[in-house]
Order: sequence, then C-alpha cells, then structure tokens
Amino acid sequence: MPESDASKPLPENAVELRAVTCGYGDRVILENINLVVPKGSVVALMGTSGGGKTTVLRLIGRQLKPMSGQVLVNGQDMATLDAAGIMAARRRMGMLFQFGALFTDLSVFENVAFPLREHTQLPESVLRDLVLMKLNAVGLRGARDLLPSEISGGMSRRVALARAMALDPELMLYDEPFAGLDPISMGIAARLIRELNDTMGLTSIVVSHDVEETFLIADHIVLLANGRIVGQGTPAEMRASEEPMVRQFVHAAPDGPVRFHYPAQDVGHDFGVRG
Amino acid sequence: MINWLNPVYVGRATRGKLADMGYGARLFLRLLSTLGPTLRRPRLLSEQIFFLGNYSLAIIVVSGLFVGFVLGLQGYYILQRYGSSEALGLMVALSLVRELGPVVAALLFAGRAGTALTAGIGLMKAGEQLAAMEMMAVDPIQRVLAPRFWGGVIAMPLLGAVFSAVGILGGWLVGVAMIGVDQGAFWSQMQNGVEVWADVGNGMLKSVVFGLTVTFIALLQGHECQPTPEGVSLATTRTVVMASLAVLGLDFVLTAMMFSI
Repeated sequence: MPESDASKPLPENAVELRAVTCGYGDRVILENINLVVPKGSVVALMGTSGGGKTTVLRLIGRQLKPMSGQVLVNGQDMATLDAAGIMAARRRMGMLFQFGALFTDLSVFENVAFPLREHTQLPESVLRDLVLMKLNAVGLRGARDLLPSEISGGMSRRVALARAMALDPELMLYDEPFAGLDPISMGIAARLIRELNDTMGLTSIVVSHDVEETFLIADHIVLLANGRIVGQGTPAEMRASEEPMVRQFVHAAPDGPVRFHYPAQDVGHDFGVRG
Repeated sequence: MINWLNPVYVGRATRGKLADMGYGARLFLRLLSTLGPTLRRPRLLSEQIFFLGNYSLAIIVVSGLFVGFVLGLQGYYILQRYGSSEALGLMVALSLVRELGPVVAALLFAGRAGTALTAGIGLMKAGEQLAAMEMMAVDPIQRVLAPRFWGGVIAMPLLGAVFSAVGILGGWLVGVAMIGVDQGAFWSQMQNGVEVWADVGNGMLKSVVFGLTVTFIALLQGHECQPTPEGVSLATTRTVVMASLAVLGLDFVLTAMMFSI
C-alpha cells in the first residue's frame, strides 16, 4: 500500500465516484455518474432492475474498471492499484451478495471462519471465539454446525453478513439484502444493517429496490435509471419529490417514465387490424 | 443466420477465439505457477487427491479388470495361431502400460472426475461463491482451482497404474486361470520384455500429461462457463468431449515421440 501523506487531510468520504462511465463490451451501463458516500452513513442505491446498481458495487470492489472517470475509496483511486493493492483495499471492505454466496461445502462456522483462516494465523481457540461472536451478533450462534443447505434464505443472508464482518471492515456493500426474504427476515436484515453501521462505525452502501425497508434505514437515497442518477436526497425528500421518475418508483406506479410495454411494433400490425 | 462470408462476423469470431485461447493459456501458466503455494497447504491438496482419486477408483478398477479379460481372450486367440500363446503376459502388459492404462484411465477420469470438477466450479461461479472469495481478498485461482489442478495431476498417474495392474490381473485370470496358458511363461515373458523406463516410465509420463490436460480442461470449462444452469450443463458436456479428444490426440503424438525406433 502507498504511504499516507501526513500533510493531507483524511478523506471525509468513504467512497466517491467522479464522472464514471462504465459498461461491458460496447454496452454502456453507467453514464457520467457522480456519487459521494460520506463516512459513517448508510447510502442506498435504488432503481429498476438492470439500472446499473450492482455495477456500482462492482466498481467499488474493483471487480470492474470504469471506461472513464475515477472511483475513489478512502481517497484512493481504485484504477491505479496493482493486484496486491486491490487485495489490500478489499480486506477493508465487506460485501454481502444477493443470495449470500455461502460456500456450500462448508458449515456455517467454517464459512465465517474462512476469511480469518485465509488472512490470519490466529490460534484455533481465539478463532473459535471470534467466529461465535460474529455469529452471535446475527443471532445464529446456535446454527454453527449446520450446512448452508440446512438453513433458510434469511439465515443464509445473516451468516453471509457475519462472514462479511469477520475481518472488521470499514465499508460494507450490500447487494439486494432484502431480495426474496419474508417480512420478518427482511425487518431483521434491515435492523442489522443499521445497527452494525452505527455500533461499529462503518459506512454502508445498500443496493435495493425495496422502498419501505430501505427508506427506514438509509440516510441518503440515490435513484438510478438507465445508467443515470435521476434523483437523490433523504428518504423524506424522495417521498416528497415531484420528479416523475422518482414519483413512479417511490409510489410503485405501473406506468410512467418507465413504460409498462416493452418497445414493440404497432399493435394494429401485430394483430392484423388495419386502421 | 450466421453469414460466414461476412468479413465482420469472421473477424469478430476470430478475435473472440484468439482471446479465449489467450485466456486459456494465461490460466494454464498461472496454474503451473501455483505449485509451490499449493504444496505449502497439503491439507487442501490431499482433500482433492482423495476426492478425485478415490471417487474414480471403483470405475477404474472395474473397467481395468474387464479390459484385462478382453485382452487375455483376444490375445490368446491371436497368439495361439502362431503358436506363441506363452507371450500372452508380455502382450497384455505392454498393451496396458504403454497405451490402454494411461488412455482409458484418462477417458474414465474425464467422465467421472472431470465432469465433477467442471460442475463444482461452475456452480460456485453461478452461486457467486468465487466473486465472494475475490471480495474477501482471497484469490479463487489459488484457493479453489490450484488444489484441484495439482490433485488431478497427482491422481491421474496413480489411477493409470492401478488400471494397468488390475488389467494385468484380468489378463492372468482369463489367460492362465481359465484357458490354461503356462503360468511361468506368462510372468517370465512379461518380466523380460517390459522395460521399466521405456515402457512403464513412458506410460506414467503419458498419464501425467493426460492428468494435466484433463484437469486443466475441466477447470477452464468450469471457470469460463455462463453462470446459469444451462451454462453449467453445457460446460460439463464440453469437458467430456474436449478432454476425450485431447487425450486421444495427445496419445498419438506422445506414442509417436516415445516409441519411434
């Protein structure tokens, strides 16, 4: 890692995207995105499916490189890092994947122990205590010996959260943490995200399209559509917004700027009716 | 409809194939460079040798026995025409250690262990387990692919040797125990005629090359597959087809190089 410059003030923002354009092949997913995530906050990236939300997380984790613009994490441009630098930056991040992404051949305990075993030389007794503490924080200390196939989707998500927190990250990235959960599990997941953020002094970025749960826990909402930021603000500001795209999303209207019908040729032509 | 006469399509397809080959070559070199770190974590390696070797053992032993039976029978019918049925042991042993042991064991290994490798890696990719590992600052190539690769490279010659040994026993059962070829001639001809380095050594070397090839193809297919159920099933099929063709093609090349006079 590069040496820190003592004369430089510490960055206020955990993550900053400056004029980022990104895509796969010829297809542009994000266009000229500017985004600031202050330290200690919970920022939610919301938007329609395929709007580029997950791509933002992949950029921050440096699983993708932007076509142009800068992705700064703790003031460091992720594009300039070499392989070792990327690994060092990732050790300070935790990521919760959409369906948990638990290692299916390892028990709940071993899943949480995995990053500790890979990155530390802790004695087995210390490692055991650490893993059980992490599992206790998500309420699953008793499920330590179960396999991922033996626990519910909500529990998988919580085990994955404990695993993502194992190395005490500074930045947590959540990819659709509420997808496919029942209301109880969803409430638990939302409460955990907020509580962990505040008690452990983290910064959290939550990608979600669940308006109710996300508005409850986020400090700032960013709405993405078609690769652009179409609205942002506090949950209260978003609810009050008159911007058509924001209104359609927040109030779940079936038709609006996002069309109900996929672009098609004329109805009369398809049904053989000549007008 | 694909238009092969359209230069845009041909250019794009060629570029795509070249990029795939380049990626494959880079992964192969990367895997070769992981030998040291893999040996430093012997538990991960031994798990894979057990998984790949032990689980393929039953099919290898049973197939080896039947191949030995057939060799004993056919060999006897042919050799007795020329009055040299005592050479049966030599014929069975040479056929097995030079060709059939390494080749058939590799084909069975591709079907049994290669498919398991591809499906396992493909499902890890589809379940975002490899991406999760990357985000935990753990290199999936080093942690997941490398132990499997070296496990396969080590397991393959052992399985080939087991195949040949069981095959020779099969040949003995049919030739000596059932048909009544002379026991002493069967073993002594084999002992005199089979060279340790030229025959057994080259056979083992073939097995090592096949182990590298089959395991690498299986891992590449799993690592490169589309992360969907269709993608994983297609990759599994491709592993069997490509690995089998590669083994047969390489066998010809190796035989021509090793046993030419």
